[in-house]
Amino acid sequence: MSAHSSASATSPLKGYFAVWIALLVGTGLTVYAATLDLAPYNAAIALAIATIKATLVALFFMHVWHAGEKLIKVVVIAALFFLVLLLGLTMTDYAARPWS
Amino acid sequence: MPDSSSATGLHTEEHNPALLHHFADPEQQRDAASLGMWVFLGTEIMFFGGLFCAYLVYRRWYFGDFAAASGTISMAYGATNTAVLICSSLTVVLAVWAAQTARRTLLITSLILTMLLGLVFLGIKGIEYREKFTEHHVPGASFRFDQAIPGHPGQYANPRHAQIFFSLYFVMTGLHALHMIIGLGIFLWLLTMAWKGRFTPEWHTPVEMGGLYWHFVDIVWIYLFPLLYLIDRHP
Repeated sequence: MSAHSSASATSPLKGYFAVWIALLVGTGLTVYAATLDLAPYNAAIALAIATIKATLVALFFMHVWHAGEKLIKVVVIAALFFLVLLLGLTMTDYAARPWS
Repeated sequence: MPDSSSATGLHTEEHNPALLHHFADPEQQRDAASLGMWVFLGTEIMFFGGLFCAYLVYRRWYFGDFAAASGTISMAYGATNTAVLICSSLTVVLAVWAAQTARRTLLITSLILTMLLGLVFLGIKGIEYREKFTEHHVPGASFRFDQAIPGHPGQYANPRHAQIFFSLYFVMTGLHALHMIIGLGIFLWLLTMAWKGRFTPEWHTPVEMGGLYWHFVDIVWIYLFPLLYLIDRHP
């Protein structure tokens, strides 16, 4: 584990460029998928690609993957948990209202 | 008396100018800064989260009107801006790496490139906003909207509902653009610090923290692009 993190710390450039290419490809895919008629899956696919892109940025560009301090991972997960609470509980409320 | 003199002797012996006295070692100092920055970004996630929540509720209610409104903003500008921000995120990680490995020229070039890409983003955003103003798609007294709902020929979108889309569009992209402008200010400060040679492999915390902020703003855009620009785009 420590050997792996030190090896990637010495030359992370390859990884950075790989993530950059993946993000550009993801953007292209998002635009292409939007032109297809996939009915309800259009939004799901767009959000899935966006989430993969955001995860790549957070893990590798923002160094969450190699964060030495475990508390950083706790803060990231806690923030996302509260975001899911906010969006999830609001949407379950509105989705369960028969009059809306 | 002999106790205190030996303590100060030990302190000056191991003194690292970049290390504040209340941290045990540089690694702990760096982790503390990162942790604080991530807590701030957590509050930013909730800040934007409220807007995303409002967006989701209204999009569910007025999907057809949102699709019609989304169809009037330029997908090409949005996609180009996404690519521009992704490239700026690359130049930011290059800047952080350059600071870690004491490459002054690469650090300064990367910081300047990041700022240029940020300005390109804001320029394209400005062109986009200008089009919205000339089309009277800006919420307010002069708002006009007469577009058919995609997939429902002859059925026109409710202008009041389309106005809600544009309110969310301007608030969300405007708040994002404000973050970009603040980011440009931070990077200008980083550039002057880098120019003066203040960053070393031992201490370059501001570059890392500015980078975290910039990447966060990039992530927000990664979600804004499909949600605002790509609703029901298929022919």
